[in-house]
Amino acid sequence: MREIMYRDGLREAIDEEMARNPEVFIIGEGIAERGGSYKVTEGLLAKYGSKRVRDTPIAEASMIGVGVGAAIAGARPIVEILYVDFAMLGMDMIVNQAAKFRLMTGGDGRVPFVLRTQGGTGGGVAAQHSQSLEALFYSVPGLRVVMPSTPADAKGLLKYALRQPDPVIFLEHKHLYMTKGLVPDGEHIVEFGKADIKRAGSDVTLIAWSNMIPRTLEAAEELAKQGIEAEVLDPRTLVPLDRQAILSSVAKTKRAVIVQEAARRGGVASDIASIIQEEVFYELDAPVEIVAGLNIPVPFNLTLEKASVPGKDDVVAAARRALHLDAGGFAEAAQ
Amino acid sequence: MSDSRQASNVPPKDLLEKLFRTAYSIRVFETEGIKLYRQGLIRGYFHPYLGQEGIATGVCAALSKGDFVASTHRGHGHCIAWGADIKRMVAELLQKETGYCRGYGGSMHIADISSGNLGANGIVGAGTPLGVGAALASQVRGSDAVTLTFTTDGATNNGTFLEALNLAAIWNLNFILVIENNQYAVSTPIGEATRETDLFKRGTAIGVESHLVDGNDPLAVYNLTVEAAKKCRAGQGPILIEARTFRHMGHHVNDPGKYMPEDRLAYYKERDPVDRARNYFIELGGASDDEISAIQKEVDDEFVAAVEFSRNSGEVGVEEFRAFAETY
Repeated sequence: MREIMYRDGLREAIDEEMARNPEVFIIGEGIAERGGSYKVTEGLLAKYGSKRVRDTPIAEASMIGVGVGAAIAGARPIVEILYVDFAMLGMDMIVNQAAKFRLMTGGDGRVPFVLRTQGGTGGGVAAQHSQSLEALFYSVPGLRVVMPSTPADAKGLLKYALRQPDPVIFLEHKHLYMTKGLVPDGEHIVEFGKADIKRAGSDVTLIAWSNMIPRTLEAAEELAKQGIEAEVLDPRTLVPLDRQAILSSVAKTKRAVIVQEAARRGGVASDIASIIQEEVFYELDAPVEIVAGLNIPVPFNLTLEKASVPGKDDVVAAARRALHLDAGGFAEAAQ
Repeated sequence: MSDSRQASNVPPKDLLEKLFRTAYSIRVFETEGIKLYRQGLIRGYFHPYLGQEGIATGVCAALSKGDFVASTHRGHGHCIAWGADIKRMVAELLQKETGYCRGYGGSMHIADISSGNLGANGIVGAGTPLGVGAALASQVRGSDAVTLTFTTDGATNNGTFLEALNLAAIWNLNFILVIENNQYAVSTPIGEATRETDLFKRGTAIGVESHLVDGNDPLAVYNLTVEAAKKCRAGQGPILIEARTFRHMGHHVNDPGKYMPEDRLAYYKERDPVDRARNYFIELGGASDDEISAIQKEVDDEFVAAVEFSRNSGEVGVEEFRAFAETY
């Protein structure tokens, strides 16, 4: 095992897959000579040349479109979009082209296309550079939605993305690029659809992904001090979703808290909550709790930005409600 | 030198035969397809290529195996000219399992990756970035394949037209973009949609070699595209071609097209691309009436056989569809 940064895990994945498969190439804004805004592609131009590592003009709709077209033609393109907010310019290519092609061709046509981008709040970059938009992609059949929280997952999932046949929306988080973690030596691949238990526990299941994982782990430590052992489950890929792992954990702990940075309304957390109530309702000892971003664009002001997304204390409070330790929720209703 | 040049200026008979056969096949497919539509056998949208046959016929004949094509919502003609199997096309329109897309795609989504046909498209303009992507893939692979993309006058006012052509230009891709300017975006005349109606000039503006051609002249379209493909393979791509034409009817089967002035329609019908392909075959290729009749009969019979094949084909079952859905 080696300790590396999240961005290094991503770079290793791209580097290893480019070395392994000549069909893999990457395009994006400032990714070649400059090495990318988050240093993910540093050094790749020198190693693989300007045919396979190339800069683009600012033309998101068509950058994504050429990625999709190259994938349809059998290549394995990676398109880096600086912010998920900017990927909105390419939604036709993602939603109407990439996601639909396999069905429209009767199953024969595949689109092994990887869109790498990043989202989330990150220290005052305001409403058009801070969104968590996974629910948009989650709701479109035909896309794979990946949200790694650790360097090891970032590497392993990206390597898998570059070997599987479907369009992947690979959502990194701007706050995670410089976080560190242990990554196994040698070939490290993480299959889609396999959740990871980031912390084992028996009292309550905390489900989170991306940058909510470090925050939820902090909350779990806080809960441990209070004598509560929380299990922290990271689905890692939202599509496909490891329903079985979620249901097994919740059936064991009898309590579920789902934590998402994205706005509450129409979020992935709501869908996971509905799956839990549908499948293991009679195992539950408390209503499923959702801790989510407010239903409002992210403000610039740092205090307000922080208030717009879940914090550690929000997660702790939700877990305590699920355990009927505080007023509110079931405990209050039962009185 | 002058002899060989002269010789190459006389189109070979087999080429002229191919052009006629293709143009006539598209004409039959659309004319007979509309009848099936009127009988209720074809559902959904059907955008006929009638009147525009000269473009697909000439352009596709200039490319070869290993090249790619991306199409539009009005894509039947492109597929046929690219060499599609009429049986599988008709079967697709009749929602049958034996269709190109097993009945999952329909008229606007016929694709055949195995032959380099990246597909028709229901989103106007979307084929352009997709085609540039295929051309990019070829360049990354070190292949000299050319990607041909059909687009429409309506699509030239969509942002990705310029974005994608610009990407092809800065990367010197083997990419030929053919604007089929039929002069209407659904029902909006081109003059209302843009101030400069010479659409090829948009390519010139961003440093792309650009040409205007009579889209109703399959031989002129062919000759221009041969040159364009040569230039691409010599590293001088991309090339933009505006092929001017006119539909013979409205935007789709159920659009009577009353907004199309009769005198304009008459003008273009006098320059019918199928007639011109036939005349080239007769006048330059020396084809006899018997040869013409024989080809027409073959094409007519092929369509009848395709309908028969399709009627006898089954549909994808709901159980299989549900299993397919599980993979999503």
